[in-house]
Amino acid sequence: MRPYIAVLSANFRMMLQYRAAAFAGAVTQVFWGLIRVMVFEAFYRSSSLVHPMGLDEVVDYVWLGQAMLLLTTFGPDPHIREMIRSGNVAYELTRPTDLYGFWYVRCLAARIAPVILRAVPQLLIAGLFFGLRAPASPASGAAWIASTLAAMLLSAAFGAVISITLLWTISGEGASRFLPAVSWLLSGNIIPLPLFPEWAQGVLNVLPFRGLADTPFRIYMGHIGPGEALLPILHQVVWAAAFVLFGRWLLARAMRRVVVQGG
Amino acid sequence: MTLVRVENLAKSFRVAERCPGMWGAVRGLVARGYRTIQALDDVSFELSAGELVGYIGPNGAGKSTTVKVLAGILVPDSGRCEVLGRVPWRERRANARDVGVVFGQRTQLWWDLPVAESFDLLREIYAVAPADHRRARGELVEMLDLGGLLNVPVRQLSLGQRMRCDLAAALLHQPPILYLDEPTIGLDAPSKLAVRSFVRTLTRERGVTVILTTHDMDDIEALCQRVILIAHGRVLSNGSLKDLRTQVSRERRLVIDLADPMAEITDPRATITAREGARVTVSFDPDRVAAPELIAQFCARVAIRDLTIESVPIEEIVAQLYRENGAP
Repeated sequence: MRPYIAVLSANFRMMLQYRAAAFAGAVTQVFWGLIRVMVFEAFYRSSSLVHPMGLDEVVDYVWLGQAMLLLTTFGPDPHIREMIRSGNVAYELTRPTDLYGFWYVRCLAARIAPVILRAVPQLLIAGLFFGLRAPASPASGAAWIASTLAAMLLSAAFGAVISITLLWTISGEGASRFLPAVSWLLSGNIIPLPLFPEWAQGVLNVLPFRGLADTPFRIYMGHIGPGEALLPILHQVVWAAAFVLFGRWLLARAMRRVVVQGG
Repeated sequence: MTLVRVENLAKSFRVAERCPGMWGAVRGLVARGYRTIQALDDVSFELSAGELVGYIGPNGAGKSTTVKVLAGILVPDSGRCEVLGRVPWRERRANARDVGVVFGQRTQLWWDLPVAESFDLLREIYAVAPADHRRARGELVEMLDLGGLLNVPVRQLSLGQRMRCDLAAALLHQPPILYLDEPTIGLDAPSKLAVRSFVRTLTRERGVTVILTTHDMDDIEALCQRVILIAHGRVLSNGSLKDLRTQVSRERRLVIDLADPMAEITDPRATITAREGARVTVSFDPDRVAAPELIAQFCARVAIRDLTIESVPIEEIVAQLYRENGAP
């Protein structure tokens, strides 16, 4: 395990260097959060129906979504893309380590570091000025943290699969345009999932995207009580494991036909 | 003792090809043409412990492909290959522990981190015991003069500095075998000399077995006892530099500086190949006439200020070999 932990921590330190990007990102995300909150407020004021979620809950949901946005913004890992383009991937294969483990850890660091850098100031600002409430209870808070960790594992496993497909596509431009749109919608980062129509709920509950955002957010606000949280967290973990297995299989296939170009 | 054994190695790549122009682009959407490149056709050689072997050939000859097969990165189509008794691509991870690799055009250091942190990471990756790591690192830092570079982020290093750090990085786990793929490419003269003297020390004092791929014939002349020359994925020659020379041409050259630039010199057993002012270059075959005899002849007839005997530069020899074998 030690090599993987060392690489995780090195990548983490590397990502922490991009402080300006994190600051700019946080400001943009707060701005978008304000717009989204205003849109939902307008909807709720003009509607007399009873909704599956109160406005307070939607506001919490939006702010958590903004803070954790990068968990659902998929694209190939920039370092892996660079390695594959430049051929430096050759060096990765000269190491006495498991390549998938190595890449998973890279993806994990690339998810965790910027998310933490952006989430902490955003949650503070939203909590102090824009109506984000504290977790429903200490138990909810603890379950939220567990679920957020599971979301990170899932997000990294998904990101690793996308990075591995670069071994076929090289550029990954298509994936990084197309995937965020899909995963934002299906994870609840555009409209909270409980507000989707009844017929969509079944599908959304099964798909993995819910585990990236909706699950931890609803646990946070007590929409899913701490007592009921186990099953949704299990859903996250099972999907993460499935993507890990798929990524391993995909990488093993890629390695059989890989051509390390040039040089 | 044989460390590396390669027998009848063959590897081909299939690359997608597109006809040029708009029509080609459109056609490429439906029917894609493929071209097979035979990177390695039939390559066999052996390396003994402590050898420093030059592996040369024109661009695209299959040098890097061979190195990648030996490193376990590529799986060949056919043929056999053993490194320390292991098949590299079957036991890639075990093989990696015994092998150091430097690709001259790439770096294995973490671009954004200081050199020292890359070294620490490599210690973790290769699971080297801290005491062993400290010793190996201390020696490498001293031999390669890295003291001042350890805290500099890799992106700020010059190419020569980076190459020295990359050499250290490849050797931190103290592998008995080192593959150097164009380690002097793009380096300035002092850096090249530093790399060469380091590699020499490594083989002479540590007994590390080295395969050196290069286009720089000075590297080869300075370092290698044996040269393997390949083209089109086949071994053309495998032996000492001297053998390589005699295989192509036994020609020697006499460069004469005349006291009188207008003086005439001729000899039926030699040909004048160049004349620039007072400097005349005369080629001869040492089998037909011995150098001292030829020199005595000339000295008797004209006043000579200075005189040197040269062999055909290894560059010319290699260029001629490449040409004869239809290299681009």
